[in-house]
Amino acid sequence: MSELTMTTDHHDHGPAKGIGRWLFTTNHKDIGTMYLVFSLIMFLIGGLFAFVIRAELFQPGMQLVDPNFFNQMTTMHGLVMVFGAVMPGFVGLANWQIPLMIGAPDMALPRMNNWSFWILPFAFSMLIATFFMDGGAPAFGWTFYAPLSTTYAPPSVTFFIFAVHMMGISSIMGAMNIIVTIFNMRAPGMSLMQMPMFVWTWLITAFLLVAVMPVLAAVVTMMLMDIHFATSFFNAAGGGDPVLFQHVFWFFGHPEVYIMILPAFGVVSEIIPTFARKKLFGYHSMVYATVSIAVLSLVVWAHHMFTVGMPIAGQLFFMFATMLIAVPTGVKVFNWIATMFKGSMTFETPMLFAIGFVVLFTIGGFSGVMLAIAPIDFQYQDTYFVVAHFHYVLVPGAVFGIMAGVYYWLPKWVGRMYDEGLGKMHFWLSFIGLNITFFPMHFVGLAGMPRRIPDYALQFADFNMMASAGAFIFGTSQLIFVYLIIKAARSGETADQVPWESAEGLEWTLPTPLPYHTFTTPPVIEK
Amino acid sequence: MEHSSNSYYVPDQSHWPIVGSIAMILLLGGTGLTLNDIQASGEVAQMSKYITYTGAGILIFMLFGWFGTVISESRSGKYSPQVDTSFRFGMSWFIFSEVMFFFAFFGVLYYTRSFSVPWLGGLGDKGLSHMLWPDFQAAWPLLTPPDASLFTPIKEVIDPWHLPLINTILLVTSSFTLTFAHHALIEGDRSKVKIWLGTTLLFGIAFLILQGYEYVEAYQHLDLTLNSGIYGATFFILTGFHGLHVTIGSIILLVMLIRVFKGHFTADNHFAFEAGAWYWHFVDVVWLLLFMVVYVF
Repeated sequence: MSELTMTTDHHDHGPAKGIGRWLFTTNHKDIGTMYLVFSLIMFLIGGLFAFVIRAELFQPGMQLVDPNFFNQMTTMHGLVMVFGAVMPGFVGLANWQIPLMIGAPDMALPRMNNWSFWILPFAFSMLIATFFMDGGAPAFGWTFYAPLSTTYAPPSVTFFIFAVHMMGISSIMGAMNIIVTIFNMRAPGMSLMQMPMFVWTWLITAFLLVAVMPVLAAVVTMMLMDIHFATSFFNAAGGGDPVLFQHVFWFFGHPEVYIMILPAFGVVSEIIPTFARKKLFGYHSMVYATVSIAVLSLVVWAHHMFTVGMPIAGQLFFMFATMLIAVPTGVKVFNWIATMFKGSMTFETPMLFAIGFVVLFTIGGFSGVMLAIAPIDFQYQDTYFVVAHFHYVLVPGAVFGIMAGVYYWLPKWVGRMYDEGLGKMHFWLSFIGLNITFFPMHFVGLAGMPRRIPDYALQFADFNMMASAGAFIFGTSQLIFVYLIIKAARSGETADQVPWESAEGLEWTLPTPLPYHTFTTPPVIEK
Repeated sequence: MEHSSNSYYVPDQSHWPIVGSIAMILLLGGTGLTLNDIQASGEVAQMSKYITYTGAGILIFMLFGWFGTVISESRSGKYSPQVDTSFRFGMSWFIFSEVMFFFAFFGVLYYTRSFSVPWLGGLGDKGLSHMLWPDFQAAWPLLTPPDASLFTPIKEVIDPWHLPLINTILLVTSSFTLTFAHHALIEGDRSKVKIWLGTTLLFGIAFLILQGYEYVEAYQHLDLTLNSGIYGATFFILTGFHGLHVTIGSIILLVMLIRVFKGHFTADNHFAFEAGAWYWHFVDVVWLLLFMVVYVF
């Protein structure tokens, strides 16, 4: 097939030269690379904010920053990581992999694909610029609850709102492109139920994005109206309701957390079969589980708000609907383990990250079930237990998912192998670092330490010092990842066409190094 | 560079996206500066406005350029049926995202009417919040907001059976006339296309004029403003965003009309026209829902 691809490629001129290649490109590989590099830069910036947070919390008392700046750090850490690191990271993987995995020449709408990316640097420049404005950056938490984000917000909130609008436009266009690509660009003969799991999970994710990003746009628009145009959506004095903000926000926000994890499910569902040398166990149930998770995610939002005083019927509904999600998630975890069961396993870096994902994400899932129980949540609300929970699903969940995918596909992308020793070192330092960081947070949270505070009571000192030490290990070890990628891209050993022993999928039928344009003639899919 | 008709058209490099991004940051950044300056009563507000205008200008330039490129590619036959399907799927999902945008505002209206306003008036378990404003009477339409010193009471709401009814008739009729235009296009009767499409556009513009008149009426005689509490807020956000969409839809139809005059479109290749029609019907359906829950009930 590789010869076929080369000879029939009437479009086979390479990339353009200079900066123009990146600014004007319509090539899914270039755009995927830009998304991933952008995501990595944002990951490091967001990590820097986390560094400040953990440095301040290293000891009780106020040492380094004033409380307002601390709040800016927690807010911007969340926003940059969610919208700047994790989401673009997965879109980068999608851009690189989906056309390769379904045998498409490119994304369905290549120019719009470029725009989806090139909005992001502008949006984040605007967001980061708020640090240099009067009153500083947003300090109301990444969830920007009204009235903190309206009546009591710094003036820079206006630019925060517009930055969110831009990110939303970018996400919606990116997601539409992915849906259209998957529905319309599959190689002839590839049915939906023959698609790789990564493609399936991204299809569902993209649907969620198109469904809820407009709701985020709506909620920030109402904030803008309240701040600048004298409306009272979130002000009870005019008949509005601050709790309304939370409802609309979490209607976006809860599907958002699945947007950040479903593609990671897809990545590990690709990696585990390869390194266990077995077919994925329960492909169909994986697909149905993903769909169920997505559907349920649209009707559970108010479990973030048990303590605002909902009617009891509402609490019961949201509690049970939330716990129901544990079922399809459990199906997935079972399938991954069953795939590994009696497999001939080897433990290259992508597999280490995938197994780390399964184990640690499950811990985050369990604490999620605990938080879903309304009467128990009354005690956990706004404590470090919540921080521990969502960092367990996001760091060894979403972030490990992206990293596992990068290690798995990097040899195909750059045509060279990464340094396996460095990769393993990166994994183990990250694994140990993050557990030292986030596991103690469960304990201080259960003991009552509130989140989003720069100072704390003395009895929490030991665990906080541990958490900070772990964070410094985790943060520093990410520099290994950066070095490893640069080294692989520049001077790694030439990779084989199929660098992993039993990897399956259309992307491995292509030559290494990859031509600039691939699958200009669709491959033939055998039943 | 030749493309065989069955290969998917992947465009070469394009500078339009980055131009669009520059337009967007100028437009939104300028607007942000203007809004903040007005609040701080600064002198740079005038300057900021020019940034906004520059952004808007570049955005219009970008839209002309980008769509122009697509039109010329389409007319030179570069698009296979598969590309056409991509556009169709893309437009459908774009409209779905718009549906979700309006869904949020309808949800807000539902929540305030059914929950938060009755609670403020003392209803049920959550009626405790009544103690904030003990004199507050829950009602819908909510004429007197809880704190009348911060938010101005409304004298009267819009009578649905005058302007809004006329507007409903206008929009529904326009959906029909647009369908007549579409059928005429399929039959190849171009003069009929021009008449029906022109009629549709006139109905759209008439709708916008009446809606503008209604806003003036609301502000000048009824004290129904953005500042009149949650009723005014939900009224203007729903009718306002709907009006914005009618404006965009009218611009799309205008472009289609110009293209018909220029001799574009054939009986079996006119997706831009169809996409505009889908958008117009979507705007029409939103209005029907809006007419019911905002004006009538």
